Amino acid sequence: MSVRRVMGTEVEYGISVAGQPHANPMVASSQVVNAYASATVRARRARWDFEEESPLRDARGFDMSRQVADVSQLTDEDLGLANVILSNGARLYVDHAHPEYSTPEVTTPLDIVRWDKAGEQVMLDAQVRAGQLPGGAPILMYKNNTDGKGASYGAHENYLMRRSTPFADIVKHLTPFFVSRQVVCGAGRVGIGQDGRQHGFQVSQRADFFEVEVGLETTLKRPIINTRDEPHADPEKYRRLHVIIGDANLAEVSTYLKVGTTSLVLAMIEDRFLDRDLAVEGPVAALREVSHDPTLRQLLRLRDGRTLTAVQLQMEYLELARKYVEDRLGDDADAQTVDVLARWESVLDRLERDPMLCAGELDWVAKLKLLEQYRSRDGLDWDDAKLALIDLQYSDIRPEKGLYHRLVGAGRIERLLDQPGVDDAMHDPPEDTRAYFRGRCLEKYADHVAAASWDSVIFDLPGRESLQRVPTIDPLRGTRAHVGELLDRCETAQQLFAALTR
Amino acid sequence: MAQEQKQPRRSSETEEAVETAPETDVAERKGTIDADVDDILDEIDDVLETNAEDFVKSFIQKGGQ
Repeated sequence: MSVRRVMGTEVEYGISVAGQPHANPMVASSQVVNAYASATVRARRARWDFEEESPLRDARGFDMSRQVADVSQLTDEDLGLANVILSNGARLYVDHAHPEYSTPEVTTPLDIVRWDKAGEQVMLDAQVRAGQLPGGAPILMYKNNTDGKGASYGAHENYLMRRSTPFADIVKHLTPFFVSRQVVCGAGRVGIGQDGRQHGFQVSQRADFFEVEVGLETTLKRPIINTRDEPHADPEKYRRLHVIIGDANLAEVSTYLKVGTTSLVLAMIEDRFLDRDLAVEGPVAALREVSHDPTLRQLLRLRDGRTLTAVQLQMEYLELARKYVEDRLGDDADAQTVDVLARWESVLDRLERDPMLCAGELDWVAKLKLLEQYRSRDGLDWDDAKLALIDLQYSDIRPEKGLYHRLVGAGRIERLLDQPGVDDAMHDPPEDTRAYFRGRCLEKYADHVAAASWDSVIFDLPGRESLQRVPTIDPLRGTRAHVGELLDRCETAQQLFAALTR
Repeated sequence: MAQEQKQPRRSSETEEAVETAPETDVAERKGTIDADVDDILDEIDDVLETNAEDFVKSFIQKGGQ
């Protein structure tokens, strides 16, 4: 009924070794993750537990055969690549050729921003530590989604949903929303086409890499709606909607609205509140057309015969969301839901008048404004390498080099959080999900946690031959309210385990 | 009849009002941007990687999810 929901993000970072364009990215990624793990994860390093992972489970009700799966889809095979769980409940690991940070499970959009930003700080810390290794060249990392030469890597969102909601309803109502939401949460990109061969600016980093409407793949033939179905929760009650279409955002308002508005739309789908069919003709082509027009004038043809801009299509969802919240919650709506609606409306209103009015909030507009300033001062055409450099360096995670960070430092981009709160989230878990139990166990009983995952913590206890697995199948149990006092009281892992199994 | 004559006048008045407002907006905004532009670009000039072409060329990634 609100923006509240169990959710999380996972971001693959771009990585390069200074002066060595052909350095092995898996090695560099492992160095980064291992450097952070060695320095911060105490004593024994807990492994990731793959038992509950099933990346080939399809939401449409079947399993893909492992033989026909692309090797990149087998994310549950432990390739010996670095993979650790942090005391904030997050997962830091190497996915294919990129370092990746998955936030712990949280329940509000603002907490997504907090633990996603904490992930940037973790990566920065890791990068600095890796650079201090003897003989190592500096490693650089970028929170973006493409190298502009044909490769793309993801920034995924995960939303826990009711299993009872028909998947067809999700596809129907979410596809037009995803085609249009890039006007709010696109990260902006110099270059058009997967390899960027056409010169120009587009709204989204990812739009050109989506080729089908619905599918299981994430690394090829990418679909607007991804059907991976690993709930990491009771599968009878829940599905996890795995959203792969988003851009990696640096601007806090972009991330906040991306997740907040999506969560609201999902609530309306679950409650069958959406009586209007906003289906867009040819959504894959429409996705790209919207991205390729930063004036936001591009018209989309709806199946009901209307033509709307992407901003106007978003306004339709906004209007429905306003009615929905009014209808279900009235004056009892929580502060974040009210705030998401107000900011969404404000941003759409300004995007409609003049997108540049959002340069202080949204990534793609902030980036475009900077690029246009350079173009006008230096007389640069869109094929000038300096503009591609600005695009890339916007996402450099170093505060002294990253242009996003310079704009924030100069007071030109709004923040929603204060820095101490983000710094704390590098170490502290959210208190209102099972991430609290996972994080606190790793922090307090590090020596006796053998492995952990989203849905379990596995203890190796003195005097017991076999490992003891504590399942955490319900994302909303294991919170501070549930186990805070217990964890405070138990000095050892044995005491905790005894108390839990008594 | 009187009404018919009134209506177009009213709508042209509204149009005029709508047309002038954004112009002032844009002019005002342009003034502020121009004043701000130079210092932020100067600051960014100082941190941009040197040799943009080589730097961009050497950023090669493997595809991910």
